[in-house]
Amino acid sequence: MADPILSVQSLNTHFFADEGTIRAVDGVSFDLYAGRTLGIVGESGCGKSVTARSILRIVERPGRIVSGSIILRRSNNTIVDLTTLPTDGAQMRAIRGGEIGLVFQEPMSSLSAFHTIGNQLQEAVLLHDPIGKKAARTKAIDLLAMVGIPRPSQRVDSYSFELSGGLRQRVMIAMALAAEPHILIADEPTTALDVTTQAQILDLIRRIQQERNLAVMLITHDMGVIAETADDVVVMYLGKEVERGPVDSTFHAPKHPYTRALLRSIPSVLAEPRARLATITGSIPHPFARPAGCPFNPRCPERMAVCETTVPLQYDVGHNQATACHLYAA
Amino acid sequence: MTRILDVRALRKHFPIRRGLLSRIAGHVRAVDDVSFTIESGETLSLVGESGCGKTTTSRCILRAIKPTSGEIRFRTESGTEIDLAPLEARQLRPLRRQMQMIFQDPFSSLNPRMTIAEIIGEPLLVNGVIDSTARTRRVEELLELVQLPSAYLNRYPHAFSGGQRQRIGIARALALNPSLVVADEPVSALDVSVQAQIVNLMLDLQDRLGIAFLFVAHDLSVVKHVSHRVAVMYAGRIVEIAPTRALFETPRHPYTEALLSAVPVPDPRRRSQRIVLEGDVADPSDLPQGCHFHPRCRYATEACKTETPPLTEITPGHSVRCIRATELTLTGVPAQ
Repeated sequence: MADPILSVQSLNTHFFADEGTIRAVDGVSFDLYAGRTLGIVGESGCGKSVTARSILRIVERPGRIVSGSIILRRSNNTIVDLTTLPTDGAQMRAIRGGEIGLVFQEPMSSLSAFHTIGNQLQEAVLLHDPIGKKAARTKAIDLLAMVGIPRPSQRVDSYSFELSGGLRQRVMIAMALAAEPHILIADEPTTALDVTTQAQILDLIRRIQQERNLAVMLITHDMGVIAETADDVVVMYLGKEVERGPVDSTFHAPKHPYTRALLRSIPSVLAEPRARLATITGSIPHPFARPAGCPFNPRCPERMAVCETTVPLQYDVGHNQATACHLYAA
Repeated sequence: MTRILDVRALRKHFPIRRGLLSRIAGHVRAVDDVSFTIESGETLSLVGESGCGKTTTSRCILRAIKPTSGEIRFRTESGTEIDLAPLEARQLRPLRRQMQMIFQDPFSSLNPRMTIAEIIGEPLLVNGVIDSTARTRRVEELLELVQLPSAYLNRYPHAFSGGQRQRIGIARALALNPSLVVADEPVSALDVSVQAQIVNLMLDLQDRLGIAFLFVAHDLSVVKHVSHRVAVMYAGRIVEIAPTRALFETPRHPYTEALLSAVPVPDPRRRSQRIVLEGDVADPSDLPQGCHFHPRCRYATEACKTETPPLTEITPGHSVRCIRATELTLTGVPAQ
């Protein structure tokens, strides 16, 4: 495989609150490749969104990157560690939106209600490429056409509240792609949408990825979305990367007890009607009440004595698959 | 089995007012000719995309809002059937405890200033259980029913996780032994691992107590796990209603087929051949002529643009609102 376009190594992002420290991202490593989709999946509080915000250097106080590196191969083939750049500096601003595009979950709150979508798109275009107002408007219309918005030359003058949720999310994707980034980070891009609209948006992301050879990082809580779109998967739990591997292995040969339990507990349209679901006992601990040792140990059916005291290392389990679980200690 | 609920030709139209004098400029036909029944101990799910009228239907049934027309025939504890649709607030009050509701968001539906004992005990108090020891005993019973330790009685909602809060909401709904519970997206705000616990709890409670559920949801996977029968709504109308297995395995309406094909399947070896629906859901204030679904339907003919199809039973218990229902061969999702 070619070199990764973005490489996250042992990333730690912690939040320093009065009540204690939250290790929101606790030693996460993965690579993004051109033309491939990395799915990051986990339940609330697992640190998947903070990982994305760390890459873009938009972690809010009292959080900050404590250690680790985020190596980006820039379009001019130079290498830069994003953790070393000032968050508001010119370089980081050029990368954010310029080389890494971002799509959020909430298309309504991410778009301005006071400016037309054309205005917002033009701004995004001009920020990274000063081609002049007229050319920017033409490009805005082209972008709307690319993301499949009907009658783009008229829609360019509408406001976000005049559009449906699906169309708004298309506008968000158009904005994320305005500066022609090589990496697209999509944080729960379809969670607020209906299934039929979700299918449209996932198809759109896939088509654009193929056309532009984009590296996509897709963050979601939905295992179904992961199965449909990802090439590789990172499963997170309480800030830890518990399992990593190709999508087929994650679903058909899951190694970590959490991944296995999660897969068994998801409702599926393929189930028998009224079939009871397998459950994971307990609930996700509060971030201040994080268990010692392996974070999953209080809920784990295969818990051993060592799990309660020692944080497991990442073990290689073959075929590019790795898992942080004491069961696989050699 | 006894019929608990019999909804006939239910309509709810909201007026659109415009201009200085607030003249009525049109109507949003949120619910337009909806009919279905629910038996005791049965779960019927209402599914559809946002804006299809499923929540408005459930709010009409609970009489949180007054329907424009139609009948909501509810079988009371005493065994008589009463049409709830025309009743006034005063007449509804004695019936309310027989129909309860479970809400979507367990964070905003519990009062943060009340303890768990007060939250679950309030419906008892309001309905005349004045004796506080009797009330506490019942609250403890309810906590046990939803599998929460009774030691939690005097804690406040903030001390609980989303799943535990949803259990508290369920305990409150069950406090007065309702015969019908309307659950509007009760698990969609929960994490997957917790969602499974709540789904199982609802199945168990139904087996034990024989409650009838009207389950309103957009997630077809969850719906498959809880329902005896499923009704699919589109633009204010039921387009298909059938027993769960029949609906998923042999759908007869093109919209149901498209909806099923859009559900992501948690198996990368089965990346589905999706039917991507073009365009958006029909606007309920400006509905298309003929079949409401025809502008997005891949099987639409000229006749679909003008003929309004009635809901027709094509096999026992399986009704479809499509003029081509018997000639089309549609694809479903078989159980594995």
